[in-house]
Amino acid sequence: MSKSENVTKSTRKAPKSENIIELIDVRKVFDDETIAVDCFNLKVKKGEFVTFLGPSGCGKTTTLRMIAGFELPTSGQILLNGEDISKLPPNKRPVNTVFQKYALFPHLNVYENIAFGLRLKKVENTYTNKNGESYKKLERLTKAEIDKKVKKALEIVDLEGFEKRSVSTLSGGQQQRIAIARAIVNEPEILLLDEPLGALDLKMRKEMQIELKNMHKKLGITFIYVTHDQEEALTMSDKIVVINDGDIQQTGTPAEIYNEPVNTFVADFIGESNIFNGAVVGNLKVKFCGATFDCLDDYEINQLVDVVVRPEDIKICKPGEGQLKGKVISTVFKGVHYETTVAIGKFEIVIQSTASAEVGSVIGLKIEPDGIHLMEKVYTVNKYDGVITKNNTVKFGDGEFECDVTQLYPNSHVDEEGYLITANGEKLDLTGVEVNVEVGTHDIQMSDDMDAGGAQGNIISMIYKGDHYRYIVRTEENEEDYVLSCPDLWNTGDLVSIIIPKEKIKLSLVPTGENKK
Amino acid sequence: MRALRFNRKQLCIPYAVFLVCFVIAPLLVIVFYAFTNGQGQFTFDNFVNFFLSTNTLGTLVYSFALAIVTTLVCLIIAYPTAYILARSNFKKKYVLLLLFILPMWINFTLRITALKEILSFIEGNISAYPFLNSVIGMTYDFLPFMILPLYNSLSKLDKNLIEAASDLGASRFTVFLRVTLPLSVPGIISGVTMVLLPSMTNYVVLDMLYNSTYIMGSLIGSYFSAYDWNNGSLISLVLLVIIFIVTLISNRFSDKDSENRGAVL
Repeated sequence: MSKSENVTKSTRKAPKSENIIELIDVRKVFDDETIAVDCFNLKVKKGEFVTFLGPSGCGKTTTLRMIAGFELPTSGQILLNGEDISKLPPNKRPVNTVFQKYALFPHLNVYENIAFGLRLKKVENTYTNKNGESYKKLERLTKAEIDKKVKKALEIVDLEGFEKRSVSTLSGGQQQRIAIARAIVNEPEILLLDEPLGALDLKMRKEMQIELKNMHKKLGITFIYVTHDQEEALTMSDKIVVINDGDIQQTGTPAEIYNEPVNTFVADFIGESNIFNGAVVGNLKVKFCGATFDCLDDYEINQLVDVVVRPEDIKICKPGEGQLKGKVISTVFKGVHYETTVAIGKFEIVIQSTASAEVGSVIGLKIEPDGIHLMEKVYTVNKYDGVITKNNTVKFGDGEFECDVTQLYPNSHVDEEGYLITANGEKLDLTGVEVNVEVGTHDIQMSDDMDAGGAQGNIISMIYKGDHYRYIVRTEENEEDYVLSCPDLWNTGDLVSIIIPKEKIKLSLVPTGENKK
Repeated sequence: MRALRFNRKQLCIPYAVFLVCFVIAPLLVIVFYAFTNGQGQFTFDNFVNFFLSTNTLGTLVYSFALAIVTTLVCLIIAYPTAYILARSNFKKKYVLLLLFILPMWINFTLRITALKEILSFIEGNISAYPFLNSVIGMTYDFLPFMILPLYNSLSKLDKNLIEAASDLGASRFTVFLRVTLPLSVPGIISGVTMVLLPSMTNYVVLDMLYNSTYIMGSLIGSYFSAYDWNNGSLISLVLLVIIFIVTLISNRFSDKDSENRGAVL
């Protein structure tokens, strides 16, 4: 080795911005036109532990694979330290991945697996020649350097002395550690982990969670971690990105995500939640479950909202003391707390509390304002309970509409007398049958001719949504609401008639024995 | 009457009978003939004849040369084909695979005759290039046997391993050299075994393509047609031993590899 003594390893370029990686409007559409990732915008700071959390098929792994370079984004940019890397192949990115199924090379032993990346790496060394001029040279790592780095990596994952072992002789947990060692030995700027603990048993998983977290602290590398396990995400992350249907639902610290979910999806996915339909009835006052509560979220009066209450935010008290009163349906001992289900009218509430209550007893429930989270309702469809009438029309939402009852039974038809004939020739009288009714928000029209539609009501709210208005029409009798989208301008307070085309009313039978909520 | 019932041991009787009649007995007959002379007396003459005659040894060398060249050509054509078939997302790839397999469904004589016509059209006098023509004929005949095992082992290759390698900084070429190729060794070995040995003996191809040089197969044929069972049997025995050794060596390779492969599963 003819290296002169004053060899200095070139230091890594200083980041141009404090965001190590930035995703700008990243979109991924697969060949079969499924949209995997839609308009993804994210900034990750250097050294952060970021978790992509979401149900399977939500696009989290696709996003990770785009950062790694295995997939190219259909549009949008991925910036690493301010430089666009979206079109670079994986081997040109200073990023390493830990795969869910380890992906260790079966034909190489532990040492060779870890050294795989090091052997390919070229490092810029600076030399000084005899005249005192310094010059740079790209060189492969020497055997001794590789040796040292592999040893160090094995130390970090706690598997010293495993160098000569064949990967087939290792347990799942050990294989995963080797996979981690193989990635971190290259000193990547970002370590990507694709559900790395998914294949391990629960105990092993818990151990590895703590170890990964410690490793993150020790190494100071940015970690991007993909999981569908909300508990894992809450335990390990500095920042959680909740993803559903290719969209970011919420980004925040674990505490923010848990305590202040922005919508019902996040609330439902992270931890357990009671979710109710509610309406804002006054300044910082919301009505749900038949009672009015003080709350901290400011919404306009008459705004319809989803109300999320965590089971542990509900206190059990004497009947009459809290805002709600209900009968205990079930109580289950869960170790630290009791999980109690209480019925209040037709609603059911789940409570987690150290206090227990006897099944069948009537108790009061108290919810503090900071335990109530309101979120704007996202409408795509109106749902009602309906009843079929004698004339094969359906009654719901304080109105009566013509409908196609044959959709309740496949291949059926209606005879002259109004009976439904099923595919096997059975004759059914549908009068009085209860059905679930669904109507899309785009399928409802309004008219000022009161006789034109099946129901009448007043417009109580209108919100401009860019290219259309969203109206809520409320009937007088039972205060039923119709949510609809319409490009035309109406005025709040207008009395209108609701028209729904026969074919747009979707009916389904109420399954017998269903517990209506 | 008692119903006919078999236990497992009895079920192997037909197989055992078959084995004795068609494998063990003929083998013993070959061994017997190989070490006897026309009068049925024990002798090493046949053995000495074979290894001392420049004629027969030349045939052995020629057979080896032909078989090795054929195997290499098959490998060079089959590997990229199998690789493309296995790695591409091409929807019609099964059709493509079938195109390579399809010739096996057509009668061998017909295929080689057709090939002969094509070659004489191109070359004019086909007896001018006997070695080349024989290699072409054998390659045409044995290519599917090389493609199939290669396709099998390449399509079983875990895509994650390719991704892992490129993630660790390997260029496409390095990925191929350091991951894909070593992991497809079992496929290469079984392909080579299936092509190398038959191409040492398949003298029908040579006959039909007017290659008058003898290979091991033709040597056996010529002895047998002259009713010299003893020398013919000895050559068969020599081939048998060669096959045995090659199989032994290749099994060693693939055993070592399958041990490693099992690890992933």
